[in-house]
Amino acid sequence: MSRSGIFSFISFFLYLLVQVLILKKIVLFNTSFCFLYVAFILLLPIEINNLLLMLIAFLLGFSIDIFYDSLGIHAFALVVVAYARNYWLNSITPQGGYDAGEGPTLAVNGFQWFLVYTMPLVFLHHMVLFFIEAGGFSLFWFTMLKVIGSFFFTMTIMVVLQYLSSDNRRRR
Amino acid sequence: MERLLNFVYQYRAFFTFLFLELLCAWMIVENNQYQSTKFFNSSNKLAANIIGISQGVREYFSLRMTNSILAEENARLRTQLEKRNQSLYKLEVREIKDPAIINRFEYVSAKVVNNSTNFFKNYITINQGRNAGITPGMAVISSDGAVGKVKSVSDHYSVLISLLNIDENVSSVIKRTHHFGTAKWDGTNPRQINLMYVPRHVKPLVGDTVVTSGYNAIFPEGVLVGVIKEVNLKEEALFYDIKVELAQDFGKLTFVEIVKSNLKHERDSLETKTIGEPK
Repeated sequence: MSRSGIFSFISFFLYLLVQVLILKKIVLFNTSFCFLYVAFILLLPIEINNLLLMLIAFLLGFSIDIFYDSLGIHAFALVVVAYARNYWLNSITPQGGYDAGEGPTLAVNGFQWFLVYTMPLVFLHHMVLFFIEAGGFSLFWFTMLKVIGSFFFTMTIMVVLQYLSSDNRRRR
Repeated sequence: MERLLNFVYQYRAFFTFLFLELLCAWMIVENNQYQSTKFFNSSNKLAANIIGISQGVREYFSLRMTNSILAEENARLRTQLEKRNQSLYKLEVREIKDPAIINRFEYVSAKVVNNSTNFFKNYITINQGRNAGITPGMAVISSDGAVGKVKSVSDHYSVLISLLNIDENVSSVIKRTHHFGTAKWDGTNPRQINLMYVPRHVKPLVGDTVVTSGYNAIFPEGVLVGVIKEVNLKEEALFYDIKVELAQDFGKLTFVEIVKSNLKHERDSLETKTIGEPK
């Protein structure tokens, strides 16, 4: 296993534990959740195989589901994100293409690109997640409120973490 | 054949996607069924252990409050016991003499290790399971009121369906008027629940107590659900819209009691014989 492979392997469990032990308890205004684990799928290396990516997404979603007692829901939403990710990455390739061996991170590709990359995918994830959980569109606006609230919460934490970790990268 | 294989290979990403999503959809549907003994939820050993450790740390921060709640409950129960003793002191009368009826309900105490209030379908994990005699379908109450029903059990843990779950119904009674309805959460406010199917001719008032009816043999009769907070009657509606403030604050749940209903089996089989299988 390569160095980045081992790094990803460890961060898989890190994201899982942080999500189920800490972030699960943090809910703002009864409506805004933080689903940081999406970032794990979004930040995997660009050239990763699509099939592998979906399998990893399924495993991560499934593990999260065990702790949330919502068998299948998180796995479903995360596999959707994993499927859409590589197509989305292809269609927003910056001029000159991606640097080989780099992840799609804020440090490498810039703030604006990072927002364009993550926002639709995170939003997609939250939409799928909350509407499946609500079991339909009967509470449409309340569910929408949850989606939007959680969207901003997750995005904020994700971007802040990107800035924290990008400092480490420059020092290296 | 070769072309078919080629086709599948060419769109392998899409087919994998489809396969995984169908798998997930199947799991979601399976998991929605009311009672089940599933392995993949937070009653599974590894998951429950991790949650248990994390809860153990968190507990230290609420020890003071938990203590005072338990002490209050103790005092209240002691008062009740004393009243009962005094009233039975000379009277040798008892309406019911059959020990099977007197010992109809047994209680098992358990600690909450995992709880949520903000999803549409909330579940609670507790630290007692099959080894303590718990089976799916049992009712769970706390010192403040009704909490939920057991959904699935493992050896040492169980997962409960909280009252705050849009799939959960509890047969309830307005204590003052004795009219019954169904208490059901609408998924929005974790402090209140709706009481449905109370017909027009009843006159419920704000402040009336709502308790469980005991009609479904799961909950004992008269467990507090909450207090009526809002009563609305639309012009053309058949039933009232009643909002009930929950007696139990689910955000603060620490200890619960599981109710073992010893006569449930007998009653269910009698009802099945008479009315037919429940759907």
